[in-house]
Amino acid sequence: MEYAAPTTVDEARTLLTDNPGSRVFAGATDVVPQMRSGRPEPSVLIDLKRIDRLMSVAHDNGHWTIGAAMPTSELTSNGEFASVFPGISEGAGWIGSDQIQNRSSLGGNLCNGSPAADSVPAMIASEARAVIAGTDGERTIPVADVVTGPGQLSLADGEFVVEFEIDDPPAHTGDAYIRMTPRTEMDIAIVGAAVRVTMDGDTCTDARVVLGAVAPTAVRVPDAEAALIGSSLNEAALAEVAAAASVAANPINDKRGTIEYRVQVAGVLAKRAAVLAAERARA
Amino acid sequence: MSRTHITCTVNGEDTDFLANPGTSLLDALRDELGLTGAKEGCGTGDCGACSVLMDGKVTCACLVFAPEAQGRDLLTVEGLSSGDGVGGDHLHPLQQTFLEGAALQCGVCTPGFLVAAKALLNQNPDPAESEIRYALAGNLCRCTGYDKIIRSVQEAAVQLRSAT
Amino acid sequence: MTAIENPKTYKWVGTRPIRHDGYDKVVGKARFAADLNLPSQLHAAYLRSPHAHANIVSIDTSRAEAMPGVKAVVTGGDFPALDITDPNHDVSINVLARGTVLYHGHAIAAVAATTKAEAQAAAAAIEVEYELLPFVLGIDEAMADGAPLANEQNYQKFIGPSDPSNIATHTPLERGDADAAMVAADIVIDREFDCAHVHQGYIEPHACVVDTGADGKANVWASSQGHFMVRAITAAVLGWETSRIKVTPAEIGGGFGGKTTVYLEPVAARLSEKAGRPVKLVMSREEVLRSSGPAPGAKLRIKIGATSDGELTAIDGWMAYQVGAYGDFAGMVGAMSVASYKFPNLKLESWGVLSNTPKTAAYRAPSAPHAAFAIESVIDDIASELGMDPIELRLKNAAVEGDLTAMGMPHPRIGLVECLEALKASDHYQSEPAEGAARGVAVGFWFNIGEQSSATVNLNEDGTATVITGSPDIGGSRASMALMAAEELGIDVYSITPVVADTEAVGFTDVTEGSRATFATGKAVVEACRELKVELCRRAAQTMGVDEAEVEWVDGAAVSSSHGGEPLTLAAITAQAKRTGGPLTATASLNAAGAGPSFAVHCADVKVDEETGQTAIIRYTAVQDAGTAIHPSYVEGQMQGGSVQGIGWALNEEYIFSSDGVLMNPGFLDYRIPVASDLPMIETIIVEVPNPSHPYGVRGVGETGIVPPMATIGNAIKAATGVRMSSLPMSPPKVLKALGDAR
Repeated sequence: MEYAAPTTVDEARTLLTDNPGSRVFAGATDVVPQMRSGRPEPSVLIDLKRIDRLMSVAHDNGHWTIGAAMPTSELTSNGEFASVFPGISEGAGWIGSDQIQNRSSLGGNLCNGSPAADSVPAMIASEARAVIAGTDGERTIPVADVVTGPGQLSLADGEFVVEFEIDDPPAHTGDAYIRMTPRTEMDIAIVGAAVRVTMDGDTCTDARVVLGAVAPTAVRVPDAEAALIGSSLNEAALAEVAAAASVAANPINDKRGTIEYRVQVAGVLAKRAAVLAAERARA
Repeated sequence: MSRTHITCTVNGEDTDFLANPGTSLLDALRDELGLTGAKEGCGTGDCGACSVLMDGKVTCACLVFAPEAQGRDLLTVEGLSSGDGVGGDHLHPLQQTFLEGAALQCGVCTPGFLVAAKALLNQNPDPAESEIRYALAGNLCRCTGYDKIIRSVQEAAVQLRSAT
Repeated sequence: MTAIENPKTYKWVGTRPIRHDGYDKVVGKARFAADLNLPSQLHAAYLRSPHAHANIVSIDTSRAEAMPGVKAVVTGGDFPALDITDPNHDVSINVLARGTVLYHGHAIAAVAATTKAEAQAAAAAIEVEYELLPFVLGIDEAMADGAPLANEQNYQKFIGPSDPSNIATHTPLERGDADAAMVAADIVIDREFDCAHVHQGYIEPHACVVDTGADGKANVWASSQGHFMVRAITAAVLGWETSRIKVTPAEIGGGFGGKTTVYLEPVAARLSEKAGRPVKLVMSREEVLRSSGPAPGAKLRIKIGATSDGELTAIDGWMAYQVGAYGDFAGMVGAMSVASYKFPNLKLESWGVLSNTPKTAAYRAPSAPHAAFAIESVIDDIASELGMDPIELRLKNAAVEGDLTAMGMPHPRIGLVECLEALKASDHYQSEPAEGAARGVAVGFWFNIGEQSSATVNLNEDGTATVITGSPDIGGSRASMALMAAEELGIDVYSITPVVADTEAVGFTDVTEGSRATFATGKAVVEACRELKVELCRRAAQTMGVDEAEVEWVDGAAVSSSHGGEPLTLAAITAQAKRTGGPLTATASLNAAGAGPSFAVHCADVKVDEETGQTAIIRYTAVQDAGTAIHPSYVEGQMQGGSVQGIGWALNEEYIFSSDGVLMNPGFLDYRIPVASDLPMIETIIVEVPNPSHPYGVRGVGETGIVPPMATIGNAIKAATGVRMSSLPMSPPKVLKALGDAR
């Protein structure tokens, strides 16, 4: 196994294309445990952290651009970003301990392909886009389209995520991400729920509800969104949100939780995240 | 397999070493540089016993590939007792309060806690109890129940604040 | 701190000096076993079983032996076959399987190579042909008629040989007439409980370095709770004389009972012998969880009868402990650990049951927590059915001196009542729970043990002392030894250097287990110091020219009423030692009796999120009788550590096996020990009811703290939700399901 630390996207692309079996990484917080548990070593480990473009965050022209390899601690400590997208910031902040936060990245969290990735539901709720570099230049696709199943990506060989774009939200918009873990920290979500709402006074005019860890990929819940839009988030609407989220949950039994539990708690968290997002939207 | 030559700063001194690309920074520190203060408790970033500061940021050395350290500034527990402006060669206030507060029993997690607590206090000189608990959640201790560790960090924070 | 019945005041005992070994531990210098490297050292790695139960038809190591860097390979065939009645038979086939693998992760072979990576690659290249055998994974299936045998070599060794079975032990205990008492009782509560396997979870994985020399002698550096134990087992497994092995204790990174046995050292010794080079063998975290000592899982049925005014009249209990693939005493101890209440009528039956899961090991008050979880839950239900305060009900029935344990042994002077009273009077118990929180309490008991210890105290020429023992220090015991020696000799605690010496430098000492180090080894230290004081007085009398009988040792100096001059300090006497009869040194060795039983009472306030089933600990207090707290900070530390391990056991820790017997959560991410943010401060109240069998009144404090938390939290959850949790861990999915079932 070799190690390479390119300083430009082009250089990284060339390394990835020229070396079959190579792999890009940012914080290695998933790569190392996978290698230790017996996954084959890559031929070349391509470290993306020396490419400035992948390590920066910027806000201009009506959208945010976040480098795919930038440590999540730098995103969560960005006060301006956290005030606009508290839900995304929260999700990124749950990825792990402070030690992990200084290594983990939005790109890595997404491209590990885990249905339980904490930063993904809120990014999907804000319709974030992934900019992908590959042999034929760059393309941009919705974050929701990157992961196709557990550990499975829509990326072609030689492609990697360079950065994320998130449009400024409309006024009176708030988002929230809540997850359920047995411990308060250092844990993987059994259920995660992100909600983003736009409010006009007490009325919700737009909503996105996204669940994590309850299906092969993060899933949007259109029925829950429909229940929110036009409502004042009264009890009836929230009960509908919870019911729709539970219906949309299609989980498995595993060491972390049961189907029954995940289905039930998906509804609870969707409801709670909706209330929190609306509070933020009104603030 | 060719070994990579890595130059970096460790505990304030220019250092270089050779390592295979897949070697963890933890193994390099322990086996190449003889700095065995950082421990391997899990090897997967889940226990924090290998915590070091890299360019001032706390991280698990077990998750860092040795070549990533190229050009970086590393601090391990062995470097904690000097260069902090408090007491010269003497113990860092965290080391002193851990001793006085009986914040260690077996001591194997202690280096990681000290390094992580230093990172916290660098960033937040006056943390609330819950902030300390969350900041140190990546460091597992099985002996103490954390109580005396949290109290010792609180006490060190008081001392560091009054020293500046 | 509540001091009861302890009129003595001490100069050093009861103070809180910085521990002597602390400095090395905060600067990263303390040497744990994995920190040691020897010149020309090799690294070793294991091949482990991918099956829960299988015969090994063949092992071919030739490919592995030819791989780069490989210097030695060993399999079970490289070790003598011990007779089935040999006490080390089971450990010998656990360190490397012989013919049959008994659980997933069972070690089969090991390789020593120039690097760890080479050793791992070669281990993976060993070819093994297996013949799969039927296996059992749970208590019910193992106890069922016609169940496959988990281990064909198991027989009930603790009650005498029998045909192989899945039963390790069967322990019936009875007094009075429990059946009749149940019929006569005003209230009877009968419940079933189960407990998952949990792991000790020490942060330092097992590690050792072994250098077997050309003379056939092995130097072993080990992380263990007892290096004499390591020497004995390593010698037995290798078929060597004990004297061929020297074991030096490294600093130990946590044990909690899990390092009272041997996994690595015989394997490393044989590899080193074959390769002619030192070998380092370190487990990964995954290996620790898959292949080293979890505590047993258990199923229990507990029925308790009481009168309407809260007198407990009878207990009828059935307990089965799942001890893994080998015979173990855990099942016996379950019933024996019932000792907190008077119970005039008692009928208990406890079993040790085998399965194709890892060999279990001791874990802090082994087997008592399971029994206490069940019994203290039922007692709590009786209190709430009768409308009695849970402490009052317990006070009414609490065992006192002379009352019998389940084994029929009368208690010596114990402090359960004092602990209950101390909790009752505490700020915690006197305050209302926070809004939305509810409270639970429970009691825990542990025997504590004595066993063999040795200590040598050398007085140095400058008036300082070296205190040498053979008890590995797993939680601050060196400071305790120094404090007791300082108290005896009357010199500053920092004039004492406490040392844990290797197997050739101190007399035989049993394992640091059973909360015995400060009690038994401390007793040896005190005895050696007292012998020295007699000698110091004799030397002083000689110097002063007075009769020996007129000299007393007061505050670190020899004082004579008939001698007008200044008292002769310890330093003054040691400086003259050459002229007065030579070096001043004393050794004491003993087999200590009278370890004082220890009781604890815990109190927890919890909040339960009834929509997610999550339990948060809001406030927690641990009360425990320490006899006398030698170093109160480390007594508190033991109480807090035990409490939090118990909180983890109560809420989230569990072994999760697949239907193939594969542990699904072999890492700290999914084997969820508590993290700092899960917890409040753990308040402590040390009760001191001195143990009459120790010169300072010490009772062991290490273990009892893990006994009460599971029931304490279960009782608090019941108070918060009305639902009795009967299955550990009380994880969010289980609590939510129980809440749903109750609705």
